[in-house]
Amino acid sequence: MRVSQEIEITPTSVILNGTPIAVSETDSKMLVELYRRYVGDYPKFFKMDTLSRLGFIGAEMMLKQSDTSSQVSAVILANHSASIKNDNDYLATISEGNYYPSPALFVYTLPNIVTGEIAIRHHIQGETSFYILDKPEQLKPIVEATLNAKYSSLNCVLAGWCECSKADTYYAKLQIIWNN
Amino acid sequence: MVYCIGHSIISPLGEGSLANLEAVRTGRSGLRMYDHRFADVEPFCASLFDEPQAFVPLCIRSVEMAVNEQSMLSSKDTVFILSTTKGDNLDLWTPAQTIAEHFGNPNPPVVVSNACTSGVCAQITAKRLLEAGLYKYAVVVGCDIQTRFIVSGFQSFKALSPEPCQPFSPERKGLNLGEAAATIVYTSNPQPTGWRLVAGSIHNDANHLSAPSRTGEGAYRCLTDVMTGVKPTDIDLLGVHGTATLYNDAMEQTAIERAGLQQVPISALKPFFGHTMGAAGVVETILCMLQAEQSFVKMLSGFGGVNAAIRMLCE
Repeated sequence: MRVSQEIEITPTSVILNGTPIAVSETDSKMLVELYRRYVGDYPKFFKMDTLSRLGFIGAEMMLKQSDTSSQVSAVILANHSASIKNDNDYLATISEGNYYPSPALFVYTLPNIVTGEIAIRHHIQGETSFYILDKPEQLKPIVEATLNAKYSSLNCVLAGWCECSKADTYYAKLQIIWNN
Repeated sequence: MVYCIGHSIISPLGEGSLANLEAVRTGRSGLRMYDHRFADVEPFCASLFDEPQAFVPLCIRSVEMAVNEQSMLSSKDTVFILSTTKGDNLDLWTPAQTIAEHFGNPNPPVVVSNACTSGVCAQITAKRLLEAGLYKYAVVVGCDIQTRFIVSGFQSFKALSPEPCQPFSPERKGLNLGEAAATIVYTSNPQPTGWRLVAGSIHNDANHLSAPSRTGEGAYRCLTDVMTGVKPTDIDLLGVHGTATLYNDAMEQTAIERAGLQQVPISALKPFFGHTMGAAGVVETILCMLQAEQSFVKMLSGFGGVNAAIRMLCE
């Protein structure tokens, strides 16, 4: 396996391929700042929950720089707390005595939605998978087994950890990984 | 290729794979109307356990029913893979860990959460981990319990049918939700007879978050992947997702026709079990194997842009 791109995003920092990116905002506002700087023309971004915004921005920044989006054939992400932040936001719309379930929030109450957002944006019709694991390092053998699977023609995957447990508590470490 | 060495289903229709098969064979459905099951939620049609079940004990019972050998469950050569969408009250990791620890298993479990296709994807993950030589046994458990959270959300989508669902019917009005736990056990140790998982594939439509593409692109690609090297006439039975939503079934029909499989008998089980979410792919795989063995197919008549398919073979 060969890693050609890597991005790490925390609420106070962004590091793309080892180089820190200057940001003026922090927390969820930082993701909006990155969107305005690197994307700007995809208003659906504002409908997304924080988990999806995080994965979307990470994918965007890596793929924009390397122009490999047409070669990425799978998106394999993982985290520890699934879609809990958005689950809690949806729960707030069905509290007893104030019951107005929001379909716009319910659609994001699955962790794998972020993989779908990335696939839609970059027209990736290969595999999308989401795993819930104890620790980030547990994803590596799964990605390896996926790349080496029989009947698999996967050569290049976008994979990594994409976690958001509360509004301003998030962490992503994503990579573009090649099979050779 | 990996080999199936055990399975079980626990659903409102019965305890054990054979009890569930018998319910399907005799046309007994778990679907009925629920009026006051959850506060504020409008009446809905679903297949729920009479006595509300706790997630972890239900999964543990399902595993115990599928596996005789306790020493295999506690072995370092065995991995637990949990397929679920909402887990135990929105927590997906802790129940997986609790189940693995209950059986004394030393390895970190893997949770697959790919919406409706999780149960099929979890079996594909099992196949890959076994074929990579990381483990010799994989215990795949699929489970979801219906909650106020899930039912209110599907109602807000206007996706629920007010009556028992009718997959592929022009009259179909949407899906019904359901509860179940199911376990299927695979090994990489060659078995002389029985079912084996030959091929698996996952594709995304890249179309829309909650609506499949009109060309059924993801499902079509999955079908052509798993059909590599075999002809449509080699296939005896096609287990379909068949949620009975307008768009899912139209997409699935398109994909089946594009793959040349329209002459193959299909098994659509949601009119019996409802959509059991994380359990669905496991429940339906087990019942397809049993229906194919007994040469009968019942069809009384999706959500998510992710599609998955597997091909099973019996020797």
